[in-house]
Amino acid sequence: MQKTVNHRAWLLVLPVVLSVAFSAILPLMTVVNYSVQDILGPGQRVWVGNEWFIDTVRNPDLHAAFWRNLLFSFQVLLIQIPLGIAVALALPAKGWQASLSLVLIALPLLIPWNVVGTIWQIFGRADIGLGGYFVNNILGISYNYTLEPRDAWITVLVMDVWHWTPLVALLCYAGLRAIPDPFYQAARIDGAKLWSIFWYIQLPKLRGVLLIAVLLRFMDSFMIYTEPFVVTGGGPGTATTFLSIYLSNIAIGQFDLGNGSAFSLIYFLLIQILCFVFYTTILRVGRK
Amino acid sequence: MKSKVQISWRGTAVLVYFVLLMLPIYWLINMSLKTNNEILGGLTLLPNAPTFDNYLQIFTDPAWYSGYLNSIAYTVLNTVMSVAVALPAAYAFSRYNFLGDNHLFFWLLTNRMAPAAVFLLPFFQLYQNIGLFDTHLGVALAHMLFNVPLAVWILEGFMSGVPKEIDETAAIDGYSFPRFFFRLFLPLIRSGIGVTAFFTFMFSWVELLLARTLTTVNAKPIAATMTRTVSASGIDWGLLAAAGVLTILPGALVIYFVRNYIAKGFALGRV
Repeated sequence: MQKTVNHRAWLLVLPVVLSVAFSAILPLMTVVNYSVQDILGPGQRVWVGNEWFIDTVRNPDLHAAFWRNLLFSFQVLLIQIPLGIAVALALPAKGWQASLSLVLIALPLLIPWNVVGTIWQIFGRADIGLGGYFVNNILGISYNYTLEPRDAWITVLVMDVWHWTPLVALLCYAGLRAIPDPFYQAARIDGAKLWSIFWYIQLPKLRGVLLIAVLLRFMDSFMIYTEPFVVTGGGPGTATTFLSIYLSNIAIGQFDLGNGSAFSLIYFLLIQILCFVFYTTILRVGRK
Repeated sequence: MKSKVQISWRGTAVLVYFVLLMLPIYWLINMSLKTNNEILGGLTLLPNAPTFDNYLQIFTDPAWYSGYLNSIAYTVLNTVMSVAVALPAAYAFSRYNFLGDNHLFFWLLTNRMAPAAVFLLPFFQLYQNIGLFDTHLGVALAHMLFNVPLAVWILEGFMSGVPKEIDETAAIDGYSFPRFFFRLFLPLIRSGIGVTAFFTFMFSWVELLLARTLTTVNAKPIAATMTRTVSASGIDWGLLAAAGVLTILPGALVIYFVRNYIAKGFALGRV
């Protein structure tokens, strides 16, 4: 659409800018303020400059949490994107079955995040949970997410797949419905196999929604907090201590304002950079 | 022949996926209908003696049900405020070029991507200083941080689908801008507003980190109240499960009403 240049449009945007700035800029300024001072008590503060930042950047625990989180996000994308596409392809396209499928599939998305954690906390227990009981007693594999780091990791990963694959599936489902029928008719005339229809028609048409899906899933898994916090509390040990959990341990748990704030800023900056890369990629793809 | 086999394979796969999807929820419902003794006594696929005691306890204890009222209050407040401020902004983004529009849009999006944990500490202090701590308005305002960008994003997609000729014709016919906007334009994107409201409701309903940090008693969300089930004698699993089931219900209701718009709303974001 041809847009007209109109700087008075700022008046229409102003309420959004004010309401978001109130919650975004004011707190951010406070964080900056904390990150360069050592606050010993009310009215007692010492300027420390970039000390907290150097501390934070050299902190081996932070590095560990960063790589752990990156690995987790990578695994999340690797499982959820193909699975989501597969589910979207298999879902019925019309009729009451389609409505029912959409309602069922969207259900996990509307459960509060800590309740998702609670559900899996219960489900994975060997004594009272169906899943834990099944794996331990029927498959005969020893599984305990509160003691074994590997089991805790798998539990959090499976939980995230359960929770968020529906989002990818819904996005792809919407993308598939937007493909006009003539594409399929042409393919049928050419005698194309299911696989080539998928590879040459459906997948290229899904590129836009898949980019949103990858973006949302990467960002949200990089900030994951509530679900693993409820299930494992970041443990056992540091097995599932992701960046947000580590940060809130420092800032809220130990009330270490300086380190917490420096960490916050670095974390925020990382996300901004990643955001910018994704955003420009999406814009460029959109123009093609 | 071949296609029939394929369809039944596909049906089976979908069925298996849905069974796996529903199993954890089924288990939660199953546990919510048992007494704590029965839960700890042994694993049964169906409750031996179904009981609604857990639910009854939640509905009769104000400390419990006020959590629901609080959650609903700030979620609705947030939905209304987010959509209200996002409507004019989305219109501006979809119709005009103005100084710094792309930068502004990017800045808005980064707030959707900001980890809530980053803002915890300053939020806590800021809201306490200005007297918004532990109020519904406070939580609603905090949730606008990620809901307003999302609302602008979705609404802009819908508004761009409305031809600009409509604006121009209305102007020629002598409609003032507010009259055009409310009388003509908004009805045209009704479904878009519905989808936006659904998403803002959803993200406000499921968020807990900020909601819990900014409240103590008066506006405490139900999801935070659930920690009450932990007592000296251990966790009351039946009660916890019942509270969990009740938090799923509002979401299920909302999905049912907007099911035909969900797919559309996802497809029409600004990309």
